[in-house]
Amino acid sequence: MKLQQLSLFLENRPGRLEAPLSAIAAEGINILTLSLADTAQFGILRLIVRDWEKAKRVLEQAGWVVNLTEVVAVDVLDRPGGLAEALRILEDADLNIEYMYAFSLRRGDKAILIFRFEDPDRAIQVLTEKGLHVVDGEELMSFVP
Amino acid sequence: MLKELWNDAEGGFHPASAPDFLPQTALKEVQLRRLRAVVARAYAKVQLFRERMDERGLTPESIQSLQDIRHLPFTVKTDLRDTYPFGLFASPMSDVVRLHASSGTTGKPIVVAYTREDVEVWSEVMARTFASCGLHRGDILQNAFGYGLFTGGLGAHYGGEALGATVIPISGGNTDRQIMLIRDFNVTSLCCTPSYFTHMVERARELGIDLRELPLRVGIFGAEPWTDGMRHHIEAEAGIKAYDIYGLSEIIGPGVAAECSAQDGLHVFEDHFYPEIIDPDTGEPLPDGEEGELVITTLSKKAMPMIRYRTRDITSLITEPCSCGRTIRRMRRIGRRSDDMFIIRGVNVFPSQVEAALMAVEGTLPHYQIILTRKGGMDRMAVEVEVTPEVFSDSIRGLEDIRARLAQSIERILGIRVELRLVEPHTIARSEGKAKRVIDRRNEG
Repeated sequence: MKLQQLSLFLENRPGRLEAPLSAIAAEGINILTLSLADTAQFGILRLIVRDWEKAKRVLEQAGWVVNLTEVVAVDVLDRPGGLAEALRILEDADLNIEYMYAFSLRRGDKAILIFRFEDPDRAIQVLTEKGLHVVDGEELMSFVP
Repeated sequence: MLKELWNDAEGGFHPASAPDFLPQTALKEVQLRRLRAVVARAYAKVQLFRERMDERGLTPESIQSLQDIRHLPFTVKTDLRDTYPFGLFASPMSDVVRLHASSGTTGKPIVVAYTREDVEVWSEVMARTFASCGLHRGDILQNAFGYGLFTGGLGAHYGGEALGATVIPISGGNTDRQIMLIRDFNVTSLCCTPSYFTHMVERARELGIDLRELPLRVGIFGAEPWTDGMRHHIEAEAGIKAYDIYGLSEIIGPGVAAECSAQDGLHVFEDHFYPEIIDPDTGEPLPDGEEGELVITTLSKKAMPMIRYRTRDITSLITEPCSCGRTIRRMRRIGRRSDDMFIIRGVNVFPSQVEAALMAVEGTLPHYQIILTRKGGMDRMAVEVEVTPEVFSDSIRGLEDIRARLAQSIERILGIRVELRLVEPHTIARSEGKAKRVIDRRNEG
């Protein structure tokens, strides 16, 4: 159920984002979604790709520092309060969210969010018990055109 | 040379190492005899030296004991520049079989000369260097010191052959090929600058090659100062023993001093290179054990004898016996070279202090650079440190935390504020020879 996310260290200056993205594009690797966290001096680029093993290899050989992190993709209803409901469940269960970002594609009336939890296994268990749908890697790929 | 007679593939001491174990009285006899001969030779053949001796009312006969060396005039780096190119040669060109020259980043380079005999002595001291680092016949030595005018490449090459090792003369550069040969040729030992080897370690990892799983077991590193923290990093990452060696072109090149299995100071091959420690300000000799500037007299050099050459390297001599059994004295590792020092806001700073501060926090950040700028008449010091997989954790807070700890560690040691920047891998230029640790932009624009 968990997804493998690649994190890259980047300096916060013009043009730094383009190089790693070009490097994986040159290998025909499509990015499913990404997010960027930054401070004044540096940032972290987080990527979800179809073939993360190949992408990791390509990026490392080109000299980037790549970290592998497990994240969880969750379906929420794409209407007001949809996300709040999911967050309430997580809060009630005392699950810590380190960060989250939205997946770029929607499916029907659902939006997909990517969560980084302190304890992803327990998060999956709680979310599933409460009737939320945790999207696994294969399913995620299936609705990418 | 002894190498033809020697067939000890099982380790132990190479016969070339015999002078390392001379009894003190015999060593001192050799030193005095050679000192008198080299002073007589320099006096007869080198005008600058003769003039300085005459000014002081000295003749070669003034040297009656080793202690008398303190009366002799110093030789300094500018003497080599002032007499460029051949002014300090003591042999006619017909006897000189080799010239080397320093890179000379400012102005003219420094030229050094060797007779056939000098090349043999050089081979011998480099063979002793490698033997001291545990190499022997049967070892496959990848020589990644630069071949050419720089003394490192050819010095190590001749020494490796004299030892009876199999030398791969790959020279510096082409890192991917270096790693391929280490793996494919079952290389057991490698010599280069420590900074270039940290680059090789990093590149091997990117290529998915674990150096610890290869037969490589010894690294012989020199030509620039490096800290014990860097040594621990190299040893852990590459699964090798990392030894420090010392030398300088003006004296002979590499082969002046080398660590042994104890890794506790470098044995000076003092039957050929007589060491003294002086107070760099007064020029007065300091007793053994005290820290000061290293001064070396070449006892057997023919083409270019150096009398009391001021190295500008700061160290001290150790007279206590070494656990390896060698009787020749040791010098402490060079942490500070006067040439590398810079002054910022009135504080004297050596790049090695910054390296030690970085390695104290995280022993896994070997690529750094110091950048000095001036803004509004105020000097600023920035340290750029490349992020490595060991410290990168997908957490902004984690990175901020490391950045703060690195800055604090430097500020604690130097007592001045420093701007610490985490940068991407490969941002800092990699050197195939000596690393450039300091970029001084204070006098630009």
